[in-house]
Amino acid sequence: MENISMAESKQYVVFKLGNEEYGIDIQKVQIIERIQNITRVPKSPYFIKGVINLRGEIIPVMSLRSKFGLEEDEYNDETRIIIVGIEDNKIGMIVDQVKEVLQIPSEAIENVQGFTSDINFNFIQGVGKVNGHIVTLLNLKNIIDSTV
Amino acid sequence: MDMSQYLEIFIEESKEHLQGLNENLLQLENEPENMAILNEIFRVAHTLKGMSGTMGFTRMQKLTHNMENVLSEIRNGHIRANSNLLDTLFKCLDALENYVNEIVNTGSEGTEEYNDILIELGEILSRNSETIEDKNKENFVDTSSTSDINVSNSDISNIALTEFENNAVESAIARNFNVYEIAVFLNKSCVLKSARAFIVFRTLENYGEIIKAIPKVEDIEDEKFEFEFTVVVISKESKEAIKKGLLNIAEVEDIIIKNVVPQNNPSSLTDNISGNVIHENLIPKNTIQDTIYEEDSEVSKYSGNKSKPKAGKTVRVDIDRLDTLMNLVSELIIVKTRLEGIDGENNSQNYNEAVEYLERITTNIHDAVMKVRMVPVERVFNRFPRMIRDLSRKLNKDIELTMSGEETELDRTVIDEIGDPLIHLLRNAADHGLETTEERIRKGKEKTGHIYLRAYQDGNNVIIEVEDDGNGIDTKKVLNKAIEKGTVSPELAANLSEQEIIELLFKPSFSTSDNISDISGRGVGLDVVKTKIEALGGDIEVKTTLGKGSKFIICLPLTLAIIQALMVKVGEEKYAIPLNTIQNIEDVKVSDIQYVQKQEVIVLRNQVIPIVRLDKVLDVQQSNQTDVITVVIVKKGEKQAGFVVDGLIGQQEIVIKSLGKYLSGIRMIAGATILGDGEVALILDINTLV
Repeated sequence: MENISMAESKQYVVFKLGNEEYGIDIQKVQIIERIQNITRVPKSPYFIKGVINLRGEIIPVMSLRSKFGLEEDEYNDETRIIIVGIEDNKIGMIVDQVKEVLQIPSEAIENVQGFTSDINFNFIQGVGKVNGHIVTLLNLKNIIDSTV
Repeated sequence: MDMSQYLEIFIEESKEHLQGLNENLLQLENEPENMAILNEIFRVAHTLKGMSGTMGFTRMQKLTHNMENVLSEIRNGHIRANSNLLDTLFKCLDALENYVNEIVNTGSEGTEEYNDILIELGEILSRNSETIEDKNKENFVDTSSTSDINVSNSDISNIALTEFENNAVESAIARNFNVYEIAVFLNKSCVLKSARAFIVFRTLENYGEIIKAIPKVEDIEDEKFEFEFTVVVISKESKEAIKKGLLNIAEVEDIIIKNVVPQNNPSSLTDNISGNVIHENLIPKNTIQDTIYEEDSEVSKYSGNKSKPKAGKTVRVDIDRLDTLMNLVSELIIVKTRLEGIDGENNSQNYNEAVEYLERITTNIHDAVMKVRMVPVERVFNRFPRMIRDLSRKLNKDIELTMSGEETELDRTVIDEIGDPLIHLLRNAADHGLETTEERIRKGKEKTGHIYLRAYQDGNNVIIEVEDDGNGIDTKKVLNKAIEKGTVSPELAANLSEQEIIELLFKPSFSTSDNISDISGRGVGLDVVKTKIEALGGDIEVKTTLGKGSKFIICLPLTLAIIQALMVKVGEEKYAIPLNTIQNIEDVKVSDIQYVQKQEVIVLRNQVIPIVRLDKVLDVQQSNQTDVITVVIVKKGEKQAGFVVDGLIGQQEIVIKSLGKYLSGIRMIAGATILGDGEVALILDINTLV
């Protein structure tokens, strides 16, 4: 109710990869699962870790670390799989830790033009600044489309 | 008065009738004198006319009506049923099928009138014009009999209008529209009065806008009227046109149309009205709508409801099958209760029994559900006789199609997909396979070419064969073409066996016909057929003898969703191999492996079988080398291969699940399945691995 004045803001699920914080549009997130046994799929792209059984559905799982060229995942108690759905297709993303859900007003989101990073620019939608820390907002569609 | 609830029944029944019509027309061609068939055709056409009329599909009704006229001439012996006449009737059938398909897709019959067919039917009739008169009395009041329409100013309506309606009338007349009061009299024997009234309303909407109804529309809907009702309509059309249109509706006995004038100044406008009759259809109907505001909101019900629901995919199920399913589910509940009752100790005997019971029921449920999904191949086959007939006329070849095993059942999904490949094969057989009549006579063959379409069940598979007694496949010609097209290099070509050459036919864009016809040989070749069949989990083979004919054999799995599989271990990973592809399992000494051009092979009962190291192919971490390896021999068509596995887990029933869009590009894996412990195991795709 108190958000009526912030009509231009969206909610983002914020997660960590290493020391960096990333955010994805909460509308796209279907469910967040603990890490579980992943069945490797031979000959799949390097960042696809395999498939999992999500209540009878087979869902491919990708490692965002591999996708972004960071060092390999080490699974621990904090590791989560965020299942996102885009156009009827579901895919899981392995992240180090899911932190919180943040409301980020659109004026607090900055473009990333002229910004250097190891991560492909296509994957980034913008950078959100909330309470002094920086959240990289991901463009899920571009990340996932480059999977196909 | 919502007709959509009847739409599905209408579609389902129309399809059945059209199919019946198709079969009977084909029979009629062979026995033009057979009265029983003719009567049956007439009956079906009549039923279709009635059904489409009730649903308000006037174009379809018109077509069937005209068709019926011709049929009745044949029945009376005035016209003989020859091939040309049947061509026209088949065209009608196609048109009707198009209407039904349009209704399936959009909920309305569309706007195609098929005037060419109507003219053809008319020509057939006019050749026998002396007999037409008696026909029109049958059911429909013919348009010619309604010529006595009065346009004199005397019949000006004195219907009471509200102020609002009066304004609408005034503004309409000012815009050169005509306003009519139409009294509709229904036949006294009419049973569904409201349904008829509904059709009248729909018909009138084609002419213009209804602004008032007496009694009220709600009352008409509830059948609260005797056999007549009155409406006020604003239209560009002439009285005659409207009257003609309305009288075409079945069970409408009479129509009286009067002009309506605004009530405060009636006299000044009457001249204007009679002059307006000429301006027909100058303004599209939609423009009328923005000038008129309907007071009675009920009226808008008829015009607004454009988005009709589409018809879904359905399977007609024998009630017995559903009963079986129901019984099984109740048994399942019994076992559940029994398992709940077992608590811990000393009950292992009871527990085992319950589990065995459960196992039996799940197997039976599986069978029962599969059976519900099963549809006889007749559904696909039934359109082929007609197709072959048309091809035979088009190609000028005598062709006889013999079908068998139409009752063989296949999964609904397979049935939906198998039609196109079969059409392709049949066309190929008729166009390329069979020789021309002259050539057949020259070769001393029977003049009529035969095509056989057979379906039968073979274990867990259904086999469909398309065989022709034509010229067979000329392997030399195929080879030359393949070299010419670059499908195969000349060096390699020399070593190809007969069977391997025939398989070249299935390579992409390979068409051997020298001349491209519109029947087959459009460059989309057998490779499409093969891809489609493989996508269904099936397989296709060809057997051919030059000069004698060829035979395409399609092998399809009975079910798609659940299969028997052998679970194997490769390294630490589990994989499933479909059981129907497995020939046998052998323990082979490593020292027995031999090499043919660096390819590992084993010799088994005098057959050389190539070895596939699954761990290498699947990038599994190298397992310990042993002296004896387990080899699973699989067979795909004529080809065999031995898969080296690290362990056998056992036979299991698995449910096939797709890997989804993102991983669909991985060719070695046909899908995934969920094991009893919730883990995922991948299913190997034998087609690509062998």
